[in-house]
Amino acid sequence: MIELINIRKVFNMRRPNEFVAIDSVSLLVESHKITVFKGPSGSGKTTLLSLIGCLARPTSGRIIVSGNEITSLPERFLTEIRRKIFGFVFQQFYLIKGITVLENVMLPAYPLGGKYSSLKEKADSLLALFNISHKTSSRIEWLSGGEAQRVSIARALVNDPLVVIADEPTAYLDTKLSLEFMEIAGRLKKVGKTILIASHDPLVYESDIVDRVVEMRDGKIITREKSCL
Amino acid sequence: MRWINRQRNILDFTLSSLLRRKGKNVALLAVYTFIVFILASVVFLTSSLKKEACLVLQDSPEIIVQRTVAGRHDLIPISYMLVLKEIRGVQSVRERLWGYYYDPATGANYTFVVPKDHQYGDGGVAIGNGVARTIRADRGDIVPFRTHDGSYMSLEIKEIFSSESEIISSDLIVISEEDFREIAGIPKGYATDLTLYIRNARELPTIADKIKRALPDTRPIIRDEILRTYDTVFDWRGGIVMAILSGAIMSFIIFAWDKATGLSSDEKREIGILKGIGWETSDVILMKFWEGVVLSFSSFLLGIILAYIHVFFTSFALFEPVLKGWSILYPEFKLIPSLDVYQIATLFFLTVVPYTIATIVPSWRAATVDPDTIMRM
Repeated sequence: MIELINIRKVFNMRRPNEFVAIDSVSLLVESHKITVFKGPSGSGKTTLLSLIGCLARPTSGRIIVSGNEITSLPERFLTEIRRKIFGFVFQQFYLIKGITVLENVMLPAYPLGGKYSSLKEKADSLLALFNISHKTSSRIEWLSGGEAQRVSIARALVNDPLVVIADEPTAYLDTKLSLEFMEIAGRLKKVGKTILIASHDPLVYESDIVDRVVEMRDGKIITREKSCL
Repeated sequence: MRWINRQRNILDFTLSSLLRRKGKNVALLAVYTFIVFILASVVFLTSSLKKEACLVLQDSPEIIVQRTVAGRHDLIPISYMLVLKEIRGVQSVRERLWGYYYDPATGANYTFVVPKDHQYGDGGVAIGNGVARTIRADRGDIVPFRTHDGSYMSLEIKEIFSSESEIISSDLIVISEEDFREIAGIPKGYATDLTLYIRNARELPTIADKIKRALPDTRPIIRDEILRTYDTVFDWRGGIVMAILSGAIMSFIIFAWDKATGLSSDEKREIGILKGIGWETSDVILMKFWEGVVLSFSSFLLGIILAYIHVFFTSFALFEPVLKGWSILYPEFKLIPSLDVYQIATLFFLTVVPYTIATIVPSWRAATVDPDTIMRM
């Protein structure tokens, strides 16, 4: 369970280009569900996801993750929470070029100090789960868009997070691959993950596996609706 | 265990990263190795020469007494020995006969030395490797030498020797007293100089002082003074090479600084990704630390090994003329391998440490960005 209480995020504070990205947002995100944040560009979806995922701190307000208030934690602890609780799938996947698929998947787990062999085993099993075992030793630049996306999801799951955050995951995918992504999201929900997606793609927010759609505009939540489909 | 695994995992990724930027890193490795190679070559050579000098001097007498006439070295009467023996603290006094011989045919200078017990008898000589090479002589050959009055004396080569240090033996001709006096024209009753062995080293300055008073036309030379001169000469020669190379070193520093401190946009982007997927600033710094260590330490080791081969196996082939002096009769410089740990450690701290720090600083700056930058890239 993630609770946001009166969250506000201001960029370039007290400067002429001050910009309020999130304004007075309060929200309760349920566990083991798929929540989609929809809205036009600049509506604050991505900022809200980075605040929830401990990638940034709010200017004011409180965020409570699994009963713990995280807003006032020092960076070190924040990173710890980020590693344990959240897995990220980025808009452009952000895989590291020049190294193999396997290494990319293992990368988030390296600083945790796990045994290399067990990390490899974990990464292998995730790649098998997403049917890309045959690409284990391929370089990232040789992958198709769909394969890159599956690798990016595998990377997000390597530390076995409770919550998977995906920012515009279908922005660079065609319809078939977008549907494939939603199918994977459904599988993750079934195994108990909480999925948070920022998207303005109807294929995503109209999908029947989505439990809740939160609509945003100008940094504020304008509606909280159940998926009607 | 977790700590070790963390280091191993990050080191593993670092190695992959280095391989990704092969061009840049190979160029850096090559230049870095070259500089360490040059510096280490000079260090090895200087310390080895000093070691040779010590070898030369280890059996040398504590004091050498030379006679001077008009400020120049002259033959010394053997009768002076009686005066010297009377000085308290002097253990023994011995006369020495030695001199230089210029061979116009080869243009080389040889050094004649008369040992205490010349085992080859009159007419027989033992020559150093360098002499044998220069005159292309072998054992059993008869070699003519021009005497002081213009006549020629034929001597048979009984042995070609090499001692522990070729610097001393290379141009040496070991000859009998009679033959030497004949060639050099040194009358009986005179020697080149006298050597003194002293019981107590602490008395050296006092004894030297007494010698100067008892025999005013002589100069006592203490072994330590020779050692100091050797030291200065070798350091000076090492210094010449260093001065020549300082330009190269400066360009390396600029090159290394530029390569190490300038993060490409790709590298900055990568740091952003790593932070985004859960790496801490300290993890990124650790990765960059390993990158610096791997690169600089490999170059350092490679440079040291190449320098070792260069100095002790190829006889300092690249800089031979600078260091070997003016003599035509170059010794076949097979230097005694000698490693000065202190100097290698200095070299290590002057190359590996600054480079590693230079690598970390910009990455630290890049790694302190907010992890949410990745969401906006």
